[in-house]
Amino acid sequence: MENVQIEPVKRSRRSLPQELNILLVLVAVALVFEILGWLFQGQSFLMNSRRLTIMILQVSVVGIIAVGVTQVIITGGIDLSSGSVVAMTAMITMSVAQSSEFARAMYPALTDLPVIVPLAVGLGIGLLAGMINGALIAWTGIPPFIATLGMMVTARGIAKWYTKGQPISFPTDSFAAIGSGAAPVFIFLAVAVIFHFALRYTRYGKFTYAIGANPQAARVSGINVQRHLVKVYAIAGLLAGLAGIVTASRAATAQAGMGMMYELDAIAAAVIGGTSLSGGRGRIFGTVIGTLILGLMMSGFTFLRVDAFYQEIVKGIIIVAAVVADTFRQKARSKKA
Amino acid sequence: MVSTNTLEAVQRYKQKSLPYILEIEGIRKEFPGVVALDNVQFRLRPGSVHALMGENGAGKSTLMKIIAGIYKPDRGTIRFQGEEVTLTSPLDALERGIAMIHQELALMDWMTVAENIWIRREPTNALGLIDHRKMTAMTQALFDQLSIRIDPTAEVSSLTVAQRQMVEIAKAVSHESDVLIMDEPTSAITETEVEHLFAIIRDLKARGVAIVYITHKMNELFEIADEFSVFRDGKYVGTHASADVTRDDIIRMMVGREITDMFPKEEAEIGDVILSVENLSLPGTFHGITFDLRKGEILGLAGLVGSGRSNVAEALFGVTPATEGTIRIAGRDVSIGSPKDAMREGMALLTEDRKDTGCFLPLTVLENMQIAALQDGHVKMGCVDERGLTVLCKEMQDALRIKTPNLDERIENLSGGNQQKVLIARWLLTKPRILILDEPTRGIDVGAKAEIHRLISRLAQQGVAVIMISSELPEVLGMSDRIMVMHEGHMTGILDRSEANQVKIMELAAR
Ligand SMILES: Nc1ncnc2c1ncn2[C@@H]1O[C@H](COP(=O)(O)OP(=O)(O)OP(=O)(O)O)[C@@H](O)[C@H]1O
Ligand SMILES: [Mg+2]
Repeated sequence: MENVQIEPVKRSRRSLPQELNILLVLVAVALVFEILGWLFQGQSFLMNSRRLTIMILQVSVVGIIAVGVTQVIITGGIDLSSGSVVAMTAMITMSVAQSSEFARAMYPALTDLPVIVPLAVGLGIGLLAGMINGALIAWTGIPPFIATLGMMVTARGIAKWYTKGQPISFPTDSFAAIGSGAAPVFIFLAVAVIFHFALRYTRYGKFTYAIGANPQAARVSGINVQRHLVKVYAIAGLLAGLAGIVTASRAATAQAGMGMMYELDAIAAAVIGGTSLSGGRGRIFGTVIGTLILGLMMSGFTFLRVDAFYQEIVKGIIIVAAVVADTFRQKARSKKA
Repeated sequence: MVSTNTLEAVQRYKQKSLPYILEIEGIRKEFPGVVALDNVQFRLRPGSVHALMGENGAGKSTLMKIIAGIYKPDRGTIRFQGEEVTLTSPLDALERGIAMIHQELALMDWMTVAENIWIRREPTNALGLIDHRKMTAMTQALFDQLSIRIDPTAEVSSLTVAQRQMVEIAKAVSHESDVLIMDEPTSAITETEVEHLFAIIRDLKARGVAIVYITHKMNELFEIADEFSVFRDGKYVGTHASADVTRDDIIRMMVGREITDMFPKEEAEIGDVILSVENLSLPGTFHGITFDLRKGEILGLAGLVGSGRSNVAEALFGVTPATEGTIRIAGRDVSIGSPKDAMREGMALLTEDRKDTGCFLPLTVLENMQIAALQDGHVKMGCVDERGLTVLCKEMQDALRIKTPNLDERIENLSGGNQQKVLIARWLLTKPRILILDEPTRGIDVGAKAEIHRLISRLAQQGVAVIMISSELPEVLGMSDRIMVMHEGHMTGILDRSEANQVKIMELAAR
């Protein structure tokens, strides 16, 4: 057999081009605000570490959720329940994290508990919510959209019902420490790193991509698709629970309205970061960048004193634009027509 | 529909005025890392069947996709009916009179057969709404003309692969195009259906339609093609009348070397019974399947499409488990409820449908290849042993001569035959003791086919027990130690290698 003619391939690593694109978008967004900052505010946008810290802090909670949501989307599913799960876990966790110094604690017998208790409760509730999502999707076969929509409404309902709408406050100092200072940023980054590696280098990750790419072929390749889906949704729930704990701790209070629309921000972060809604494609690294892009935008608009209404309009447009750009990129890659 | 007479008149006119309906000159097409076509030419006569030959990845499908308006060439000219054209989209090509049946079936699963065929051309009633009754009638008329027996109102998802293939063919015919491209149309159907397809092709040809026919099956070439063009590594080798050449000439042109043995079965030592199946049944699909399989033995499974061959394979592997009967592996009763269970018992199944149950299209070649092997082992300290696996995958790539720029290429960018090889590699990497192959050489070129046969023989020599389903009788006859024949869900006989021949198998298969 004579040599098959294949020209040398210049690409060094497969992951680079896609992620480079998203990084470029991040840099571009930052530069646009920098220029607008000098033009309209007479000061630098980026050369302000306080602003950047606040920006990352603001998006950390959404980022934690987005790490879980990305994995769900890679399996070809969606999770609409994360924002509500944040509220539900925040409420319930706070009720077992109260300090005895507060006279009207919800469970006077359960005050001043060691911090591990509210932590375990919060993570457990998130995990349970996620497992219910996963079980519904895997074993009844209802679409993820519907299952998690149900959880979204139910969890929000539970959050309201729990105290009949009253907020819960006065956590112990140790619980309040979880979300204080820059802690949320580190939690977000730790979660991101763990799952970035889990997706790329473990069997769990490989199976997640395979299921999203072709569930039937995944089954025939020996993957227990149903059980794996439960795992993925459970992890997404667990991370939403973690986000709920961080939110409640940082605010030192829990309210039923917390985490409103976080699920959409998380989905947006994943999609901006290159995760494909049709499944089988996406990276946590991209999602982290996507989260930062969202944060940069929010912070930039505030810095430029853009009205909140406009902020939302522009945000919506940018999300759609990101998906359109990604779709074109995919087409260009696969078709080359 | 245009009446056949008018059509014929038009075609006769065209035939007289132009020797070629389609002329392609100097075409080049590059993909990242691959030159798929390099300065290629191709000429097509009206009212003839023109076969395209070449190894996997030679560029046949790419050339046809250019003619069908799916890819734009980087360079070169296309002249259609004497005029130079630029095809902007598949729709553009279709409207000019070029239709294509794809290598990978492309029907919409949840729509009916009729809806699939007339999509974009649905008959409407006075209110402008789709007239379903008329659409069904039109489909029936089309099917009658082509002698196809499929219910027009059936959902495509309920059809077998072969039936889908027939629907695709009918759909292409319904466009009444001047050029009809068929990319490996017989890879999913059995000999009876092939005969049926050939009857349709002859009929179309008589009506002046020019047919481009891509195949890896040499006998089909001689049976149906008037002339053929050969491609090698993206280059045009030549065009000849099929009457003028021999099989060996063509192979030499295709691969640039001699291939002698088509089915080099090497004798293997037959060992103990490893798989013993008794009275396996799945009501409505197959009944009372009983056989033993020994180590080192190759059991061929023959029968018409729809005879339940693939269903038996899927039942053994737990894809759709049987409801009755026993499966014993190495003397032990086992219950197999899922592919995972089957793999634990050392089984592997290469499925029939590459697209539905085989490839993970968005993933890379490497990821596609390693996925099944990950089920047991290849994990170090919680992490997948990428380095070790990559080495194994590289070895597989060399052994099977998989043509890809690198292992990180997405599998969807590979040619059909190379995708098939990746799937074979996937299962070989699991080191099975019972290997079930459903149409293993589908879409694989002659040279590689012989190599895959040799590989199967080698595995048998190492003690692997093989069940091989194939619609190609020469392949079954050449490779098998014994051949089990099925008809409408029942076993109609098991023939020994020494007594088996084409006629006996067909008798049992058709009853
Ligand atoms: N969309 C694409 N992107 C990148 N490479 C491609 C693409 N399509 C085809 N190729 C490459 O071009 C070459 C020719 O592929 P093509 O599908 O035309 O082969 P073929 O002759 O039809 O083979 P087969 O007999 O296996 O079907 C292959 O090396 C293939 O990997
Ligand atoms: Mg092809």
